[in-house]
Amino acid sequence: MPDSPPAAVPEPDRPAPSPPHPPSLAELFVAFAKMSLAGFGGVLVWARRGIVEQHRWMTADEFNETFALCHFLPGPNIVNLSVVFGSRFGGIAGGLAAFAGLIGPPMLIAMALAALYARYGEIDALRRILSGISCTAVGLLIAVVLRMMTPLVRKRDVAGMLMLIAVFVAIGVLRLPLQAVLLVAVPLSLLITWSLHRQGTA
Amino acid sequence: MSSPGQLWTLVWTFALMSFFAVGGASSAIPEMHRVAVDVHGWMTDKQFADAFAISQLSPGPNVLIVTLIGYSVAGIIGALAATLAMCGPTAILAYYVSRLLQRSSGSRWPSIVQAALVPLSIGLMAASALILALASDRNAAAALLTIVAAALAFATKLNPFWILAAGGVLGFAGFV
Repeated sequence: MPDSPPAAVPEPDRPAPSPPHPPSLAELFVAFAKMSLAGFGGVLVWARRGIVEQHRWMTADEFNETFALCHFLPGPNIVNLSVVFGSRFGGIAGGLAAFAGLIGPPMLIAMALAALYARYGEIDALRRILSGISCTAVGLLIAVVLRMMTPLVRKRDVAGMLMLIAVFVAIGVLRLPLQAVLLVAVPLSLLITWSLHRQGTA
Repeated sequence: MSSPGQLWTLVWTFALMSFFAVGGASSAIPEMHRVAVDVHGWMTDKQFADAFAISQLSPGPNVLIVTLIGYSVAGIIGALAATLAMCGPTAILAYYVSRLLQRSSGSRWPSIVQAALVPLSIGLMAASALILALASDRNAAAALLTIVAAALAFATKLNPFWILAAGGVLGFAGFV
């Protein structure tokens, strides 16, 4: 399994200069394939390392802004990021090249594993291994949730915590359809956040 | 095997779902579970938990679970169709919005929208964790393994791959 450290430690610290040259389509594809193949349990860390530190295609601030945009838009964040980033340098072709690099190689690996699973999934030893892995995989997801919750708890964001719990109960416990829940929760949360924001600035 | 009707269902299901995946693919796991296990019966609860484990075991973005659901419904074509349906429409949206924002920067509404959506996205991911835990943790030892993995991943910077590998070894040894 590829688990290599980032290809190069960034050169001695200095404020990231403007990129030496804009990446070509092939460079975009290869860079995103590398980040993606390095990323177990999330590609974001590796994307930041590759784009900001290693290639210096963006400054840290530009990267944060771009990621914030991709995070609040719907859909897989890192996929959005690859398309937005690639298209900034190479237009639509650039977006497609970055997207193909990000998703192509991992898809081949996942499909190979799925084919093995379809064929041998009922063998007892494999079943036991996979159930051990799935228990720990859930643990990793719980850790991500805890990490994301920490800033809300620190800020004592009561409204945010209540929205969080309401969504958790509606989807996780009551198993209501996602669309219906979000059609209520998104406008409600926007309204609450906006009115709190106005109170704060008034 | 797969019929064109099934492929079409796969495509429109994930294309529609992607617009409601607030905060990423992990947020949509409860909906994927509802659709794939409860509504269409494409997979069992156990197969769904396995698909999640395999998607975590593969390097790459979290959206790979969609690839695996597609694969189990209609093989390689299903995997491609589901993945592109989940990624394509929202990627096009992101492309246009980013071009728009580049021209008119300095607006503060993105930060308000973000502040409003972050708690929802965390709530959805917590629901994902609950549903997957119910599917995988069928006894006390399994639940313990999940808790220890969560604590390790939360408190240390250990590469997640090693935590998954340790889970595989413990599973093989008959711990869960």
